Amino acid sequence: MQSSTAGWRRLLAYGAATASFLFLMSVVVLAQTAILNVSYDVSRELYKDINPAFIADWKAKTGETITVNQSHGGSSKQALSVIAGLDADVITMNQPPDIDVLVTRGGLVAADWRKRFPHGATPYTTTSVFLVRKGNPKAIKDWDDLAKPGYQVIVPNPKTSGNGRYTYLAAWGYAFDKTKSEQTARDFVAKLFANVPVLDGGGRGATTTFTQRDVGDALVTFENEAIAISAELGTDQFQIVYPSISIDASAPVAVVEKVVAKKGTAKIASAYLDFLFSPPGQEIIAKHAFRPRDATVLAKFASRFPAIKTFDVEETLGSWADVQKKHFADGGIYDQIILKK
Amino acid sequence: MATVRAHRVLPGFGLSLGFTLAYMSLIVLIPLSAVFILTSTMSVEAFLGAVASPRVIASYRLTFGASLLAAVINVVFGLLLAWALVRYRFPGKRLVDALVDLPFALPTAVAGIALTALYAKNGWLGQYLESIGIKVAFTPLGVLVALVFIGLPFVVRTVQPVLEDLDTEIEEAAASLGAGRWQTVRRVVLPTLLPALLTGFALAFARAVGEYGSVIFIAGNLPMVSEITPLIIITKLEQYDYVGATAVASVMLVASFILLLLINGLQSWTDRRAGKGA
Repeated sequence: MQSSTAGWRRLLAYGAATASFLFLMSVVVLAQTAILNVSYDVSRELYKDINPAFIADWKAKTGETITVNQSHGGSSKQALSVIAGLDADVITMNQPPDIDVLVTRGGLVAADWRKRFPHGATPYTTTSVFLVRKGNPKAIKDWDDLAKPGYQVIVPNPKTSGNGRYTYLAAWGYAFDKTKSEQTARDFVAKLFANVPVLDGGGRGATTTFTQRDVGDALVTFENEAIAISAELGTDQFQIVYPSISIDASAPVAVVEKVVAKKGTAKIASAYLDFLFSPPGQEIIAKHAFRPRDATVLAKFASRFPAIKTFDVEETLGSWADVQKKHFADGGIYDQIILKK
Repeated sequence: MATVRAHRVLPGFGLSLGFTLAYMSLIVLIPLSAVFILTSTMSVEAFLGAVASPRVIASYRLTFGASLLAAVINVVFGLLLAWALVRYRFPGKRLVDALVDLPFALPTAVAGIALTALYAKNGWLGQYLESIGIKVAFTPLGVLVALVFIGLPFVVRTVQPVLEDLDTEIEEAAASLGAGRWQTVRRVVLPTLLPALLTGFALAFARAVGEYGSVIFIAGNLPMVSEITPLIIITKLEQYDYVGATAVASVMLVASFILLLLINGLQSWTDRRAGKGA
């Protein structure tokens, strides 16, 4: 009795050890062949097309079969997940602060991430444009029109969405560019936001409010979203208006160094991001209505992207960290103008 | 009994109490205390700055005000519904009975989107309401509508079983003793239902205070006007302000806890009064 129980126990222990060893091995094997791209909300469709192209490209170059997983959500929430331990190999966002936060918290990303890939590590850019109802019944041409009394503008919440922050900064930059006065810029943005009847949490929500709920005279959103709406809902309902000047909304990407070091996926991760800058990657990007960096690809899709004067946040308004603090932190300018109304 | 120690009729008191405490700690107390521990790292000024700025205070007013109002509305109409479901027979009664639970099961985002589509100015109901000057979607009124929707089952489901147990004979007795209809309702039916109504009220209220998913779509989320406190918390998280978010959360928790304690106190008071009267 005694010895047989001991025997069973030993067998059980061996079994458990073997099972856990196999489990660990499978985790290691899986980890070597799969990378995870953690991205923002509306890049879902883009990366759904990028990933198979990259997998084929990698297979042709190295003979290895890999998997690329993608995770999407509000950009700040996604960054928080990575900080909290989500094993992202690469992070692809729509504004630099959501990558900078990975540098400051836990040093997950290299401090010089902007220098590791071309164009400040931004494979594509977009800009804030207006979408108006067919025929432009309120004759909206430029930012000034949005701030007129009696107009309703749909903008996603600058507190919770990159899209909304870019809109706010674009309006600020427009007014500041015209008058070179911070006070005027502030008054202008205050007037514009006084015309906002609904603040949705993100870009998609704002799109729904404008297109499905029939609220507002104009929607300010990213160009790619505006083009997608026209494609989806037909050009007979809405039309895009390009303002005289808007903001350069470049989408930054970075390798999550700590994760790839642990998983041993550094090579695949940087090859993945390199692929975004390659001509095939740039074509896919252009097809999804983001402005590609590659001049030849951009020329090929020129009819889709009318020339527009844009300004860069960091060149005009200062570093992202300062902009964030000055405008969007609790008690910042955005809070002040919103409380006044 | 010779022993001083009081013996309990049911065995296993130690085990079940131990399990209860361990379980409550694991599921409720530890996560909640994390909120307070994180909050306690703040300085007093930072805490006040986070929880008492005008925008946050406006959101408390909306969240607690709309939640209380929604719970009151649910008590009135939930009672009516429960009454109809228990006392009358009508075709489709089972279906209605099942429908009551639907707000429980529906993902809140779906509820929010459906309500918004319904009450927006181009929606089925919204277009008529808008023409008589009532705006529901993207106003505080929309928040109330969403909270009434999600809170309804709580009142119906707490009142229904009590009502089922309430024998019609008692009402007949009251009538035969000369009570008018209104007197019977006021003196006989309502006192019996009051504890259940209060429980339903407390549940509906508590659910409404914490509600995020359904409200967020219909509220419009304008600062100072239609921002609910859970949105303030999410906003702070989006800005990587963990501590600020937990500070606001802890204020919400304390306020909800105090209100629920008050409601429970009221309930035991009515219980005692009912017990004395009997």
